[in-house]
Parts: sequence; structure tokens; C-alpha cells
Amino acid sequence: MDAPPARPLPTAGVEETEASPSLVTPAIQTEDLCLFYGETPALRNVSLSIPERQVTALIGPSGCGKSTLLRCFNRMNDLIPAVRVTGRCRIGGQDILDDGVDVIELRKRVGMVFQRSNPFPMSIRANMVYGLRLQGIRNRSEQDQIVEESLRAAALWDEVKDRLERNALELSGGQQQRLCIARAIAIRPRILLMDEPASALDPIATMRIEELILDLRRDYTIVIVTHNMQQATRISDQTAFLYLGEVVEFDRTARIFTHPREQRTEDYVTGRFG
Amino acid sequence: MILPAGTRFLSRWGGPTGMLGIVLTGLATLVLLTLLGALLTSVLSGGIPAFSWRFVSTIPRKDFFDVESAAILPMIVGTTLRVLIMTVFVMPFGVVTAVYLSEYADPASPFTRWIRSAISNIAGVPSIVFGLFGLGFFVNFLGRGLDAVSGVGTPELGRPSLLWASLTLAVMTLPVVIVATEESLRSIPPGLREASLALGSTKLQTVWRIVLPQALPGILTGGILAVGRAAGEVAPILFTGAAYYTAELPGRLTDQFMDLGYHIYVLATQSPNVDQTAPILYATILALLFLTLSLNAGAILLRSRLRRNQRDAA
Repeated sequence: MDAPPARPLPTAGVEETEASPSLVTPAIQTEDLCLFYGETPALRNVSLSIPERQVTALIGPSGCGKSTLLRCFNRMNDLIPAVRVTGRCRIGGQDILDDGVDVIELRKRVGMVFQRSNPFPMSIRANMVYGLRLQGIRNRSEQDQIVEESLRAAALWDEVKDRLERNALELSGGQQQRLCIARAIAIRPRILLMDEPASALDPIATMRIEELILDLRRDYTIVIVTHNMQQATRISDQTAFLYLGEVVEFDRTARIFTHPREQRTEDYVTGRFG
Repeated sequence: MILPAGTRFLSRWGGPTGMLGIVLTGLATLVLLTLLGALLTSVLSGGIPAFSWRFVSTIPRKDFFDVESAAILPMIVGTTLRVLIMTVFVMPFGVVTAVYLSEYADPASPFTRWIRSAISNIAGVPSIVFGLFGLGFFVNFLGRGLDAVSGVGTPELGRPSLLWASLTLAVMTLPVVIVATEESLRSIPPGLREASLALGSTKLQTVWRIVLPQALPGILTGGILAVGRAAGEVAPILFTGAAYYTAELPGRLTDQFMDLGYHIYVLATQSPNVDQTAPILYATILALLFLTLSLNAGAILLRSRLRRNQRDAA
């Protein structure tokens, strides 16, 4: 019921005890994070400490604010007019909600994979080098090397190595989503945000994405929003249960799904509502 | 129940009221096609006898109405040039405005709504008003102002010219380009913008590398519509650049020019002998139709090539 032994946990020393996630080095730390759409609160006093190089799942019923929370971490909510955020959100020792924060730099460190795969309608290679060129990597052989590494990391290399110049839209849905993951990790972020990355995929493609996530957690801090509770148990180390914009409970995944402290969590994970 | 294909189809027409719909819409289409056919037949049958290579490739003498020597090369050149120069001006301005409205402006702000209503108002202004506006603003205000500043003795810019006529047409067709471009920007999935921004690109980089290339076919549609609208317009250039007669082809932007549409008007209203000069008139109309058609065809070809390239990935 605990994390599989094969995983190299940085928290190895404390994990078997009542380790709460906050004891581990936090990659993302929020304090009293509140978010309003106009006057409507969407997140209320979220205080979370998301540990480095682990998979943290955000679960909860539709509209509970889990995607909104995810989008705070790379300031994607900036794109929506009339959004107001208060509180603190520290990533890499910096409060990313500060006005002076370079959002462009932030997004290079905090990558994102979206619910609907969104490859650019260009060649596979052009998709992969898009982010690299933004970082000024123009040397072709250097690009090629990173493209290969990232596609390998996303378990896509063998399927596309002979057709890198073909349009990415010719790939299957699952391949497109893995391309989006490869594209996101090509720019070497520290954190990877995933917004229901497998919800539009068939079971086999979903399985491959899940395997990929377990692979990637060695190098990346992953925060994943999911509707699928089995998925959360399979891939995540921590789970936060959100309800009506509040974090009801945040703990090790095994604990959330077996001995939750809160009645509401238990009701949700056992399928009594949601 | 198994029915022959025909009966099933018939039953889908939905009885007498369905029948009425088909008859009405079909009739309307038929009327339209008949009118178009009649127009083309009359132009073709009237124009072909006077249409020749000499007619489209030589510069006429001042007497347009001499059937033997009538020619329209300067008019073809003038109309082509004014349409092309207009395109050069209207496309960047229209596209940039559309990008501002759709990517940058706050859709809820009163300022944005004000700009939008201004654009629809431009679209509703009669073209003769544009002609007078061009005369007042471009020729008299801007042209004369520039002349005064540069201190030349004879008016250089302060008179009707190819440049001012093209600019007047550009102002007139601006809404067409803006609306078409905006529509094509709207059709680009927001997911693509998000993907680009999430990879650490600025908004400008996203617009330049992702949004605009995707919107290009739609932008070209705007260009095609603008060219189609402008090619046949006479009123806007009447006071701003078109000449009844010039001895030479226009060589500079400040030259006046002869124009096919205006020439048609001249041939139709100033002829000393209408019956005798009718073939030249028809042939000129034929040339204008052909020119408009080929300008459009060129743009459509360009667009379809672009689409094909996009499909095959770049």
C-alpha cells in the first residue's frame, strides 16, 4: 500500500512513519492562497507544501478548483481577465505571485501538459524545438540531441524517429499527448504540471502515460490533476483532496484512500459523491 | 420496412410544405443564375468582336471613341497598380488591427466596443463619401501639407495621384480585412496559444510564430475580398487619382492614372455615337471582369498552396 520499493524516494528516511508531505523539501509551497474570479472565490486559503521529485495528485469533484490551483503554479491564470490572487506561492525560494516575477522565466521552469493534447500543427521536430528556440538554442546538432533525449524520455522516440518531419497532427491521440509531454520536458523544467493528461485517451494510451509519469518522477516534480481516483492511487505519492476551493485533506496517497481523516474525503474517494 | 431509395428520399421532403421550401429556394437560385448568365452573355457577345491583343496592349490616342485605334493598356495598368498598392497598405494595417482586437484588447472594455463600432461604420459608408474624404484628407490636407513642409514650388503631393487613390481604397477596404482576419484568429484553438505560452514564449512570440501562421489562409481570404471590392470601385478614386486622359503610363506614385472602371463610365456617357462605340465599351467591361477575376484567382491559388503546405507540415 505504500509507494513501490523501486522508486528512489528522496524521503526514504521518513516515509514509513507518519511523514506528512510537508517534511520533505518542498518544490512548491503555498500559503493562504486565495483566488477570485471577479468576486467569486475559486480557491480559499490553500496552504500546501508539494514535495520535490514526487507525484502529487489533485483530486476533487468538477469545479472544486483543482485546475485553477494547478494553473496558479505557472501563472496561467494571468490569461483570464478579472482574476485576483492573494496569499503566497513559493517556487524555488521565490514568491511567484510577486508583481516583479518574470512569468516567462517561471514558465520555462514550470512546464505544463494540458487536458486536450495541443501539438502545434507543424512537424514533430518543429514542435520539439519550439521551446528550445525560445531559449536561444539554435545549434542544430544540439537541438537534435535534446529532441532525441526528450522523445526517449517520453517513450515516443521509437515510434517517431523516422518521421520527425511529418506533421504532428498525424499522430494518434496518445502519441500526441506524449509529444506534448516530450515538448514540455525538452526545455528542462523542474516542475511538470499536468491537467488531466489522460482523460481524453483510451485505456492503453492512458496506461502508457501513467508509466511515463512514474518514469519522469525521478527527475521532475509532478503535479497532476485527475478525475480518475484509480489513476491517483496508481501514480501519485501525495494526494490533495479539494472541495469547493478548499484543500480538505492533503496526505500520502495511500492514507487518503484508506484512512482519510476527514469524512468528506472518505465520502468522495469511496464514490459517495462527486 | 424496405423502400426503394427514391421513395425514402421523397418521403424526407416532408409533404407539401417541404415541397414549397424546395421550390422557393430553387426558384431564387434559378433567378440569380439566369441574371448572371444574361449579364455574362451580353458582355461576352458584345465585347468579343472588339477584343484583341492590340486592344489590351497599346496606349490609345486621346480620342477614345475611334473604334479602330481604341485601346486600354493604360487603364489595365492603372487599375492593377491601384489595387496592388492598396493591398500593400491595407493588409498590414488591417491584420495588425485585428490582432490587437482579438489578442490584446479587453473584449469587455468600452474602448474596444467603440473601435468595433467604428469599423462597422466605415464598412457602411457609401464609396462616393470615401472619394470626397480622400480628396479632403489625403490630397488637400496631407498632400498639400507635405508640399508646404518640403517647400516645393509646384504641387507634388497636393494633387490627385496613384498613391492617394490607393490609400483611399485602403481605408475603404480596411473593415473587410479586419473582419476576415479576426474571424480566422478566432478559429484558432486557444489550446495552441496556451501551449506556446506554457513553453515560456511571450505573447508577441506566440502571435508571431503560432497564431499568425495558422491564420494566414483566413487573412488571405480577407485580402481576396478587399481586392474584389476595390477593383471595380470608381467613386473613391474619382477625385483622388483617376484621370480622364494621361499620355503616358503611370511611372511614379505621384502620377495620375487611367482606370478601367472610370473608363467604362466615360465610354458609356461621353460617346458621340453610342451604337458605334458600344463594342469598345463591352470589350472594356470584359477586360475589367477578367482582371478582377484573375486578381482573385491569383490570391485564391496562393491561399490553397499555403493550405497545402500547412497540411504537409513545414
